[in-house]
Amino acid sequence: MDIPGNLKYSDEHEWIAADGTMGITAFAVEQIGDIVYVELPPVGTIVEATKPFGVIESVKAVSELFAPASGKVVAINTSLADAPETVASDCYGAGWLVKIEMSKPAEVAALKDAVAYGAMIASH
Amino acid sequence: MNQTALDARHRALGARMVPYAGWEMPVQYSGIVDEHQTVRTAAGLFDLTHMGELWFEGPEAGAALDYAVLTTPSKMPIGKAHYSMICTPEGTVIDDLIVYRLGEQRWMVVANASNVVPVVAAMKERIAKFNVKFDDATMRTSLVAIQGPLAAEILQPFIDIDLSKVKYYSGQETRACGVPVLLARTGYTGEDGFELFVAWDDAVPVWDKLLAAGLPKGLKPVGLGARDSLRLEAGMPLYGQELSRDTTPFEAGLGRVVKLDKPGDFVGRAALERAKGAPRKQLVGLKLTDRGIARTGYPVYLPAASEACGSVTSGTSSPTLGYSVAMAFVPVASSAVGTVFELGIRNLRATATVVPLPFYKRST
Repeated sequence: MDIPGNLKYSDEHEWIAADGTMGITAFAVEQIGDIVYVELPPVGTIVEATKPFGVIESVKAVSELFAPASGKVVAINTSLADAPETVASDCYGAGWLVKIEMSKPAEVAALKDAVAYGAMIASH
Repeated sequence: MNQTALDARHRALGARMVPYAGWEMPVQYSGIVDEHQTVRTAAGLFDLTHMGELWFEGPEAGAALDYAVLTTPSKMPIGKAHYSMICTPEGTVIDDLIVYRLGEQRWMVVANASNVVPVVAAMKERIAKFNVKFDDATMRTSLVAIQGPLAAEILQPFIDIDLSKVKYYSGQETRACGVPVLLARTGYTGEDGFELFVAWDDAVPVWDKLLAAGLPKGLKPVGLGARDSLRLEAGMPLYGQELSRDTTPFEAGLGRVVKLDKPGDFVGRAALERAKGAPRKQLVGLKLTDRGIARTGYPVYLPAASEACGSVTSGTSSPTLGYSVAMAFVPVASSAVGTVFELGIRNLRATATVVPLPFYKRST
């Protein structure tokens, strides 16, 4: 399963890049199944690490999105409104969810790197 | 947790298994949307072994069922099936059922997996004073369903009878795939299809032969996830969501099942005679005109109202129609087609309009 080395990972299967861009992992995509709807917070929303900031839905179920780090939302991926399936087809690229301006950059250091995250999902 | 005779098959096919009504069942294989579209355009193969099969046999079996359920099984021609319900004395729904008449004195009733225990308990009590032998065959019966426009074509080579002559909502005992089967032309998807009730272990050859022969034609295994989205598009109720012990058949839009004109008493008659003209709520179909997906339990509001007037029973993003649909209970006075509601989806309100059920009807 694809786990890029340049990202950090939360236990809730979200990734975050150094610039504050975040999304869900390939493992999360597989668990959720067909993605048919994504609800993201408006720009300006304050998100808090480990707390829900949006939802992602399959035909069957609603899954909450948990912020991997705290900060203010400075951009959202508006293309997902019409093409939520992009999250599944390119979860680390065009399927990004939101970008935040991190308020506690130290939180990111505490997240898992690709190796540790890979070990976690392997034991799942 | 019960496992079906096909458990190893599901795992080998990569199914995601989930606990459901005491059974480990496949919820999806290739993905819910793909499986859903496969049933609409080709055919899907389902393991429905968790359903309950209850047999009633004897000189008073028909009379006993007439007393126990809302329909009139004693009046069915042999070989027919019909949709029915078993209600509480208060006229609310214990379960919805399919009743098959298989002989002069033999009927099979299929109950939902989640309701086998209460249905068996109610049946035993209700039939006690009749001369009828009751047999719960659930744990020795497997059920394999093939549903979709290609179902008959895929099944035909494995069966001697001409499927083009088998009527919708019929059931008969015959052989298929080399084993004895109860062949029914029934289903829960809104498509043509068949259900094959077989002895426990016989599910394996039936499954293997149909899947192998059907694969080149597009047949795929289909799990409970797509079964739910298929039935919802077809406007069919699911017990626990549209039907419950808080709901009468009239409120669920299924008053046609209540045969108040049948002779003799039946459990719930007096309450249902009163309930017929006094529904407390009405089940409707809703088409969302805004983004979002309404799920079970989400509140329903009249436009700009602060207090909810109803609640969603089922909802999804319809794979066939390309928009979100839901079923909901709303006030009777606000249940007409065209009525506009707002659905509370977390912090947002999504607009929805009452549309006729079913949402989807096959063209043929």
